Amino acid sequence: MSTTLYDKIWNDHLVDQQDDGTALLFVDRHLVHEVTSPQAFEGLRNSNRKVRHPNLTLAVADHNVPTTDRTKGISDKESKIQVDTLEANCKEFNIQLFGMDDKRQGIVHIIGPEQGFTQPGTVIVCGDSHTATHGAFGSLAFGIGTSEVEHVLATQTLVQKKAKNFRINVDGKLPLGVTSKDVILQIIGKIGTAGGTGCVIEYAGDLVRSLSVEQRMTICNMTIEGGARAGLIAPDEKIFKYLKGKPMSPKGDSWEKALNYWNNLKTDSGAIFDKEINLNAGEILPMITWGTSPQDVITINDKVPNPNSEKDEDKKNSIERSLKYMGLKPDMSATDIKIDKVFIGSCTNGRIEDLREAAKILKDKKISSHVNAIVVPGSGLVKEQAEQEGLDKIFVNSGFEWREPGCSMCLAMNADKLKPEERCASTSNRNFEGRQGRGGRTHLVSPGMAAAAAISGNLDDVRKYQN
Amino acid sequence: MQKFNKLKSIPAYLPIVNIDTDMIIPKQFLKTIKRTGLGKNLFFEMRYDDQGKEINDFALNQNPYNGSKILIAGKNFGCGSSREHAPWALLDFGITCIISSSYADIFYSNCFKNGILPIILEEEKIKELSEYANRKEEIFVDLKEEKVVYGNNEIKFKVDPFKKKCLLEGLDDIALSLKKSDKIESFENDLKNTKPWIFND
Repeated sequence: MSTTLYDKIWNDHLVDQQDDGTALLFVDRHLVHEVTSPQAFEGLRNSNRKVRHPNLTLAVADHNVPTTDRTKGISDKESKIQVDTLEANCKEFNIQLFGMDDKRQGIVHIIGPEQGFTQPGTVIVCGDSHTATHGAFGSLAFGIGTSEVEHVLATQTLVQKKAKNFRINVDGKLPLGVTSKDVILQIIGKIGTAGGTGCVIEYAGDLVRSLSVEQRMTICNMTIEGGARAGLIAPDEKIFKYLKGKPMSPKGDSWEKALNYWNNLKTDSGAIFDKEINLNAGEILPMITWGTSPQDVITINDKVPNPNSEKDEDKKNSIERSLKYMGLKPDMSATDIKIDKVFIGSCTNGRIEDLREAAKILKDKKISSHVNAIVVPGSGLVKEQAEQEGLDKIFVNSGFEWREPGCSMCLAMNADKLKPEERCASTSNRNFEGRQGRGGRTHLVSPGMAAAAAISGNLDDVRKYQN
Repeated sequence: MQKFNKLKSIPAYLPIVNIDTDMIIPKQFLKTIKRTGLGKNLFFEMRYDDQGKEINDFALNQNPYNGSKILIAGKNFGCGSSREHAPWALLDFGITCIISSSYADIFYSNCFKNGILPIILEEEKIKELSEYANRKEEIFVDLKEEKVVYGNNEIKFKVDPFKKKCLLEGLDDIALSLKKSDKIESFENDLKNTKPWIFND
């Protein structure tokens, strides 16, 4: 029978299946960070349980770490306790940790691929919803809660029910200035924030195949914003080339065996999907979000919606609530939205290609005088690479601050946050109320669009700045 | 885990769709290393003003909703971040049952790990039940019978049989899975042969 890529990975990880459909799934790779793990380790201690496979587990502190000078440590007391607790837990349970001063430290979803810990055909979990990122490698990767983190630590398995198969085909070529961030924002706008609930999404089509590994990660990363726990893309030569020689990638004979297995990881022709939609890449434009849900998208050429043109009462109320929070007027042009801050970074857009894309727009330009802008590389290795290429100088010369790696203002758990009513063009993934700081207003955009907004002082069309 | 069987309460109603876990418990409260004590910060930004005073308009600040054990809310409840702090905060506040027309996947499964029952009903039934919140009348939830009783009416809901059993009996699913240790071990032994690179061998 023809099966999908998701079916194949699922079947290959079944430890046990009960009559009621509940399955026990083997977990090949477990990523751990400081925010969602302390209670899990505490649970292990309380029940006298061990970590079953410390060597299949990798930990890093990313959410709480400062992005400014780290030589003085973490000044926030609670953040420090959480980071110290992770360190103590990793020591006690013998888990590899990239500490705050390790060059390899960074956002958990950036360091996994960077180290070759992320591999095709594996089941990867982490107590973080953006674990979907790793699906770009053809792995089944999804976020879990802390109780499940404890379960994985203790058993190296997870209790799961099979999800539905959903395929999104994107064909054609992207217009100049349009990126994979715009593709995923367009998809979320189309399917809605609950459109993928109960599903695993496979992204396919010639556009998807033409994307670089990093661009694919941006798409898979925001799958959760479309309601699906996992998004995946069949692995190909680009993925294998990316992984070859990475510190934790298979070596020698193992590499050959792995490659042989990875080459078969694809959906069979004729496999049935529960849901399927098609998009034409050529019609996608630079996108922004105007509201407080990632599904609230418009193109940069559009106007902010008017609640009065909405017939459905719930939707109308929802638009009114969002406009009020965002401090926007109905029918105003996207380019009339003036911004105060720009944030370039996060597990969505904090990789080297993202920084290159923004730097290309910022080269020899200054950011608007009323804009405060920061760039936070996704990892120490991304930072190092960017500095080797001189990107840091381009950012600093244009007026950006060049920071240390971490999650930073994507969720504002550290000191980087918006003040009430401050407005930010952000390359992150969530524009929820209060996400970047209480009362803060977030517009999600691509790195190039964030750079364009920084220069113009308002949301603007990146294509204006492209040579 | 606390068992869930039957529950009677005046429900609280939040007529908002897409309530995300950032709204349920904002990030500044994720710095805890404990599971308890989050109830006072549940829905923090909607519940308190800039000075930290309770906002009277917000349902959960009003009597009797400040003692509600059942929360009725708009569709796609619990979307966004995977933080289990969201169900912990609800539980600590005293809410052990949520009724909505849909939930985000991760939040939904997190509820069951904490003795919270998330019930899925059609939107028109949600509207009917919300009237009981408005009138401050009790409704009754029976997990074993899979039904909600309100006034002279009752409506059936569906819940996964395994999840139901765990809730009814308050089972620790790690202990359940560890009972399958033989199967896990045999899977691992196969894996070492078929995919040696997984264990970095």
